[in-house]
Amino acid sequence: MKKIIAASLCLATITPAWAESTAELKQQIEQLKKDNAAQIQALESRIEAAENNAVSQPATSTTAKQNSFNPAISLILNGSYSSYSQNPDDYTLPGFALGTEAGLEKEGFSLGESEITLSANTDQHWRGQMTLSFADDSGETSTEVEEAYIETLGLDNGLTVRAGRFFSGVGYLNGKHAHAWNFNDAPLLYRGLFGNQIKQDGLRLNWALPTDQYIELGLEAGNGQNFPAGGSHGGLGDWAAFIKTGGDIGDSASWQLGLSHYQADNIDGRKATTHSFSGDSKMNGLDVVYKWSPNGNDTERSLVLQSEYFQRDENGTVTATGVGSSSIDTNQKGWYAEGIYKFKPHWRTGLRYDRLTSNNTGDNTATLQQVGLLDEGHDPHRSSAMLEWIPSEFSRIRLQVNHDNSTRDSDNQVILQYTQALGSHGAHQF
Amino acid sequence: MNIIIKTTLILSTLAISTQAMAKVNIFACEPEWAALAKEIGGNHIKVKSATTGLQDPHHIQARPSLLARARRADMLVCTGAELEVGWLPILLQKTGNPKIQPGQPGYFMATRAVRLLDIPSKLDRSQGDVHAAGNPHIQTDPRRIAKVAKALSTRLSQIDPSHAADYAKNYNDFNQRWTKAMQGWQQQAKALRGKSIVVQHKSWVYLEDWLGLKEIATLELKPGVPATTSHLSKVMGLAKSQHASAIIYVAYQSPKSANWLASKSGVTAIKLPFTVSGTPKANDLFSLFDDTITRLTQVIK
Repeated sequence: MKKIIAASLCLATITPAWAESTAELKQQIEQLKKDNAAQIQALESRIEAAENNAVSQPATSTTAKQNSFNPAISLILNGSYSSYSQNPDDYTLPGFALGTEAGLEKEGFSLGESEITLSANTDQHWRGQMTLSFADDSGETSTEVEEAYIETLGLDNGLTVRAGRFFSGVGYLNGKHAHAWNFNDAPLLYRGLFGNQIKQDGLRLNWALPTDQYIELGLEAGNGQNFPAGGSHGGLGDWAAFIKTGGDIGDSASWQLGLSHYQADNIDGRKATTHSFSGDSKMNGLDVVYKWSPNGNDTERSLVLQSEYFQRDENGTVTATGVGSSSIDTNQKGWYAEGIYKFKPHWRTGLRYDRLTSNNTGDNTATLQQVGLLDEGHDPHRSSAMLEWIPSEFSRIRLQVNHDNSTRDSDNQVILQYTQALGSHGAHQF
Repeated sequence: MNIIIKTTLILSTLAISTQAMAKVNIFACEPEWAALAKEIGGNHIKVKSATTGLQDPHHIQARPSLLARARRADMLVCTGAELEVGWLPILLQKTGNPKIQPGQPGYFMATRAVRLLDIPSKLDRSQGDVHAAGNPHIQTDPRRIAKVAKALSTRLSQIDPSHAADYAKNYNDFNQRWTKAMQGWQQQAKALRGKSIVVQHKSWVYLEDWLGLKEIATLELKPGVPATTSHLSKVMGLAKSQHASAIIYVAYQSPKSANWLASKSGVTAIKLPFTVSGTPKANDLFSLFDDTITRLTQVIK
């Protein structure tokens, strides 16, 4: 019994010590908890900061280099192999004057037209762009300023002013560079009436109307030195006006319609391959484009239908050395229609049909006939087909076949062409 | 005289009220930014997207309807990082709208508000369709959308200061709902962490970054370059050896290669909306991620 009491006493004396250490432990645990909470909180905020950092834009340190302000450069490499059943040097379009640039690509391998485009914003008001093209002219490489213009930046009210040399906005294809066309060669209508493509040296005013429907008006004034104008003029040599409108049909399709007028008065000695012309020229035209792709997504399949019609009236005098001269009153028309189908990713195929008609009169029929301005009872026409492989946005290989009845002797033409775009990203023009 | 005064008064009140009613006209390049603009702008803005969820925003053209819309826009809300490089510069050039030119408050590029991944160390087009600024598909990470939302509310207040308080309020409200929703998605997607996936195109780096998914291969040989047979068989080997959980593709991409690999490897192919309107259920930003996470977690468990 005594032993038990002694033991209890012992325990009793021990108990306070034990109780004391529990309290201490508890306190330590509390402290730990507190510390941990602080640590956990610290860790949590670090994670949050890290997450934040992971998705936030870092403060960028851009180092200005010497070439930071260099213009964007785009180089278009273009070459072809052409084969004709007729001699391309004998090419004519009866009833139409071929401008000096209009004709067939030379037979065999050819550099085609390769070009380099430089563009940049000049300052807060302007941007500038220049395209130099390089082509082979009977063994000699010629360089040409294809376009060189300045244009206003954000003039407000939908206005844009352009000055310099540029492709006229008339028609649909005319404003686009040839490498962006769907066929290797120009439509016969462009060849016969535009001298391949109308270039202006002058001014353009564009006005996009503030309407829901897209409506754009364009007015151009040029010096009239380029085909279908010609000669030198102190003031206005030629002018053009056009209106374009367009829209969407659901998500899958869109369209554009354009009307154009071009006029050059007092043309003075316009050079064509067979003669020169002095007088007045005016043209009216219509262009229409329809594009479709499933849900508006053209990566798999797409369809493009386009057509243009132009009619030209010229009044004046035709002169040819050694042949003579004649008055002339022309009625020349032409149209083409083409359809391009993308049948699988990276592959497109297309068909095109061209036709020209003319009814020209003058006081010296013999001269008109000799220089090729009479239709000789034949309407120039042509059918073309093409197949393209487009491995990326930057390269294309095209095989094109033409059954060309520009003259009575039909010509079978085969053209294999490559086009590659190096440098700055190309524009997805409609 | 009285009539004149009355008319003037009526006209001036009309002018004031139309001014007050004039909404900020926003041109969004992609549906996700149109949806975000609606969240932040509320009824002070009107917005339309240039592309739908079924279109590849890199490949559309500067078509007439877009020119007409850009002409009248007060503000652009686009992705940037060269995603729209093929068509947006033409819209800016041809419409000459000074409000939306680069550098103006009306030129808002979402990628400027977030950190980008996949910034190439070398720019060479033989590497496919590389974007110099980095991968532009940031809308697959809701954390990044939150950053863009904040930047957008600041920018809207700058453009339309009279409604700045509303934009701040809309943003706070959106941010609260968004943060909560994000927690839900993260909870729901816990099982996805560390899982291996095969993707069609490098469209998902930000989703992977957010959910901890591991991308082991792309079906494309290089960005924008279609797969070759030998590449696909290599991907099949990888999918098997690394136990891929799913093959992911965007609604606007062709499912052909994904389905081919799925049939050969037994790994399920999942179509994801990628953006608002990419799938019927993805009606706004919230349902976009609801649908994305649901589609993923139904397959990856």
